[in-house]
Amino acid sequence: MRETLDQSLRRQGVSRRAFLKYCTALASLMALPPGMAPAIAAALGKAMRPSVIWLSFQECTGCTESLTRSNAPTLEDLIFNSISLDYHETLQAASGTAAEAAREQAMKAFYGKYLLIVDGSVATGLQGAYSTVAGVTNLDELKKVAAGAAAVVAVGSCSSFGGLPMAHPNPTGAVAVSDIITDKPVINVPGCPPIPVVITGVLAHFLTYGTLPETDLHRRPKMFYGETIHDRCYRRPFYDQGKFAHTFDDEGARNGWCLYELGCKGPITYNSCATLKWNEGTSFPIESGHGCLGCSEPKFWDKGSFYQPLSGGTWTDSGTLLAAAAAGVAVGAGAAVLSRARQHHAQEEK
Amino acid sequence: MDMLAFARGPGLHWSLTILFVGVFWRLTGILLLRRSPDYSVARISGWWTGALRLIALRSWPRREFSATTSFPTLIGYLFHIGLAVIVFGLQQHILLIRSLTGLSWPNLPSGLVNLTAGVTAASMLALLIRRMTNPVLRLLSNFDDYFSWLVAFLPVATGMLAVAHLGARYETLLALHMLSAELLFVWFPFGKLMHASLIFLSRGTSGALLTRKGAAI
Repeated sequence: MRETLDQSLRRQGVSRRAFLKYCTALASLMALPPGMAPAIAAALGKAMRPSVIWLSFQECTGCTESLTRSNAPTLEDLIFNSISLDYHETLQAASGTAAEAAREQAMKAFYGKYLLIVDGSVATGLQGAYSTVAGVTNLDELKKVAAGAAAVVAVGSCSSFGGLPMAHPNPTGAVAVSDIITDKPVINVPGCPPIPVVITGVLAHFLTYGTLPETDLHRRPKMFYGETIHDRCYRRPFYDQGKFAHTFDDEGARNGWCLYELGCKGPITYNSCATLKWNEGTSFPIESGHGCLGCSEPKFWDKGSFYQPLSGGTWTDSGTLLAAAAAGVAVGAGAAVLSRARQHHAQEEK
Repeated sequence: MDMLAFARGPGLHWSLTILFVGVFWRLTGILLLRRSPDYSVARISGWWTGALRLIALRSWPRREFSATTSFPTLIGYLFHIGLAVIVFGLQQHILLIRSLTGLSWPNLPSGLVNLTAGVTAASMLALLIRRMTNPVLRLLSNFDDYFSWLVAFLPVATGMLAVAHLGARYETLLALHMLSAELLFVWFPFGKLMHASLIFLSRGTSGALLTRKGAAI
């Protein structure tokens, strides 16, 4: 019999008070009334440790690093560790055929109930042969494991949207998990990497309500991806005033002015970085002086330079415009020659 | 490719290409047209002073018609100056121009540009209402007048919505704003918006010819 989450946390030395504080914070993050915190605590406390199978495909392990090692040990880590990892290639002790046997065993024991977490995009080129684990393509493994999952959580931008592997020219034919799995609930938790508490928040919601949270048009949980970085950025007043840093070390940058001119993608990036922040709430990239890269948005690698302002074009340059002007002059001159010929002809007829 | 990526990439590229080809096509075509030779002796020398004089005089209502033309002239100036302030004063627009030409200059405070945008939009609406309600203007107006008004108004309206984050997600509003500006670029050389390139040329030509003939301007 698996222990409950409450039992697991107590065994790891987490007090009831700390657990309730976490649940209150979680309720706040999920935009639920404070009165829901005890309900979340009760549901989470009673929840049996669900089996979680974590598959890693075309990825850099940054998501795992972010979720498990960014600021250990936190309550998020403990809960994350408590509910997960019947199979995780990076973190599990077993290797080789023993690891694959553990996955098969978990799938068999909890068929239809386990949660599948995926990081990394899925290679489809050459029938998926660009990326294999134990001789099985990621494509086939995903289909097989997802068939018995209650729900699928795509962690990171690669599994959510294809990410860097899908960047032009996409040599491996990389696609997102949701492009392959269409008959199961799939939720995307994008970011490069995603914020740790966001993934635990999604898992806590699943444990509390038995469903995945409400999502936006990109299947992202609205509670964490409902607003843009720009909406919540502490530099927003400078944007509204028209005060911008022109370089990374000018007076504007030192005064903390808006980084829009330096290519910040905050206005079109939906994520919680500006509110939840990173490293135990210490800061986020914009607070450290660099613009947002837009890493939680689809195809963020292919949207032009990270340092090109949003209002700037991504194709045209002055050379193109000069060529267009020259072509216009040539066409105009040709039209004028024809007109002159017609004028001359008309005059001769008089 | 999403709508914003299209607007920032191929949309901008091709609309500006059409704009440049079209404007230079029309200007070159007009300037190289054959003109009938004038064998008469010029009554007044210094044709260029006449050209400049007519440009200045036609830029303001004549006293005899001030009662009927002051309002549209004033409103017309308001929205033209407003458009210039918006296009050349807002940092986001300066950054676009910089990305295309390498030229940049200090921006105006966003609040001032936003206020100007409001006045500009109101002025344009007032002119449209006048055009639609004045019997003479209505008879004189055709598709080109209304469509040119629309393609000039849409970037102002969508820009205001994008700044205020009203009506849709910001990236959608920004994409619509850029696409509406690109529609303007495409239509510019082929409709009445081309007056922006021809107005001083045509007035100056008329002024020079009238001066040469000794006509009172």
